[in-house]
Amino acid sequence: MIAYVIRRILMAVPTLVAISIIGFVIIQLPEGDFLDRKIQELQEKYGDSSSMARVEGLRERYGLDRPLWQQYLTWVSGFVQGDFGESFDFEREVDELIWDRLGYTILLSLGSMLFTYVTAIPLGIYSAMHQYRWPDHLLTLIGFVGASIPGFLLALALMVAMFEGFGVPLFGLFSTAYEGAPWSYGKVIDFLNHLWIPVIVVGLNGAAGLMRIMRGNLLDVLGQPFVQTARAKGLKESVVVVRHAVRIAINPLITIFGMSLPGILSGSTIVSIVLGLPTIGPLLLRSLLNEDIFLAGTLLMMFSVLLVIGNLIADIALAWADPRIRYEA
Amino acid sequence: MDEGYLSYRRLIWRRFCRHKGGIVAGGVLVSLYLVALGAGIFAPYPHDRTDVRMRHVPPQSLRFSLTDGLHVYGLKSVRNPVTSELEFTPDSDLRFPVRFFSADAENGFRLMTSEGPMFLLGTDRMGRDLLSRILYGGLVSLTVGLIGVMLSLVLGTVLGAVSGYFGGWVDHAIQRIIELLAAFPPIPLWMALGAAVPPGWSSIQTYFGITIILSIISWGGLAREVRGKVLVLREQDYTHAARAAGAGHWHIITRHLLPGCYSHIIVVATLAIPGMILGETALSFLGLGIRPPMTSWGVLLEEAQRVEVLLDNPWLLYPAIPVLFVVIAFNFLGDALRDAADPYGG
Repeated sequence: MIAYVIRRILMAVPTLVAISIIGFVIIQLPEGDFLDRKIQELQEKYGDSSSMARVEGLRERYGLDRPLWQQYLTWVSGFVQGDFGESFDFEREVDELIWDRLGYTILLSLGSMLFTYVTAIPLGIYSAMHQYRWPDHLLTLIGFVGASIPGFLLALALMVAMFEGFGVPLFGLFSTAYEGAPWSYGKVIDFLNHLWIPVIVVGLNGAAGLMRIMRGNLLDVLGQPFVQTARAKGLKESVVVVRHAVRIAINPLITIFGMSLPGILSGSTIVSIVLGLPTIGPLLLRSLLNEDIFLAGTLLMMFSVLLVIGNLIADIALAWADPRIRYEA
Repeated sequence: MDEGYLSYRRLIWRRFCRHKGGIVAGGVLVSLYLVALGAGIFAPYPHDRTDVRMRHVPPQSLRFSLTDGLHVYGLKSVRNPVTSELEFTPDSDLRFPVRFFSADAENGFRLMTSEGPMFLLGTDRMGRDLLSRILYGGLVSLTVGLIGVMLSLVLGTVLGAVSGYFGGWVDHAIQRIIELLAAFPPIPLWMALGAAVPPGWSSIQTYFGITIILSIISWGGLAREVRGKVLVLREQDYTHAARAAGAGHWHIITRHLLPGCYSHIIVVATLAIPGMILGETALSFLGLGIRPPMTSWGVLLEEAQRVEVLLDNPWLLYPAIPVLFVVIAFNFLGDALRDAADPYGG
């Protein structure tokens, strides 16, 4: 098992290297960058030597005059050491900007994941046990609509509904009173009060899809001979389903955990932008619009790193649950 | 007729017809595409007709009376003392009958117009008719999905087939590329690529740029599916027979392997279209996709992004309705096609 885990972690390294190259190239694609504009701005405004010296310092630090591959090496070697460069837009180090937001991103994603599984598995089981009767049809319809509603539109509609209906402004993760305040019991409660709506909005698509998969898996398993045997032994239907069938039907869902991660991260990005949540999504949008290359590059990398780590965990969980996988690759 | 005498295509069609949801979804989609294609006729106004005196007019309702026939009320405007914006209310003394099949020099041939203002879904901040803009925008939003899927279909089918057929290092290389693309979450990757579309590009260039960006992610999944199918089919007796008879690689792939994948490819493609339409909507919504003056549902929704504006003018959220309809319809259609194409289905 340990050998498998180590091998799997080592396999992620070349992926990360390739991702960093692609990410760097994408970020460099737009013509000109923030620094060019900054230089122009500074020249027009002041034209004095101290601001120009600052610009020269930045040029020096990132080797902006050197060929692209050298710039990449400068950037990536800094990245490994935890130096992500400077955000030209915020005029701060990138790493000061992202850690808090990264935490909220992970929290929101994990929350959505949890919501997805906690709602989808029981509903999928219920749907399968009532196949082709009206609860099943109703859940199928809800599943279809739920899988089709884009999160950001749902977020917009909820914002309007909450404000019109209850006068609650649905924005951010904290009330204004707790914004910037140190963590306390009250702040945690306030935070959780703000968190549940985005969690549901982000998790809805995944939950709808997963419910269908759980239903399908369980129906497949329920048709198998060992289930018939269990029934023939005179076991109660609930025992047959929960103890015998669900245990098998739930296995493929571990693989799906890894597959649903891109969707969750995508959804949380755009929902966060709409709801003004302090995750890395809104920061990515702003950095892209402003061509703040080091911030955008770092954030794009962070998204992929989260995805790679998530897949790693899914693979390890799968290997733990299914011994055949450990010996295969 | 006995099912044994029907061709595969007829069989699929027959099974598809049993799926009522699929038929309805197909009908809805065909009519939506027709309406979007004929936006120049169905829309009451051109999509870029602005009227600064008619900003943020709420939706007017169609009314019917025996004396006036189908008509809309005129508009009374009052200036709000706080916001100093004009606010509109229907004026029942003024009635403008709706004219059908009218043609004039300014607007060309239109199905439905009125002499007075007729904004059935309201107007936006520049006094443009939202209904007309939704219809014109539909053309962009709906075709982005189709063209994007066609692109990823070509790419995915060719690379998937090559990957599965030749195996070895070719297969290895293609699979690694697909894995790399899957290592980015779609929306952030699309956002970064969308930001890289040069601002100097024309509307049409941007449109195709965005379409290509959207297909960059989805071809990978399709290529994997085709590869899986081809891996099975290339070991079939008839493929060995073709090879023994001296058929070339190209002939075997196109004549013997791909036809076996078609039903599968169509299903996957249908289910990929809504994702692309949503991708375009999301990108344009964020200001990284289609750019004005070209319009799409996402561009229209961008105006609804600010809550303050949305609370005062909730009709700006209307473009979300066709988005939902189209996505749900494509999902139903794809599901029906999957059931129909499944050779083991009833």
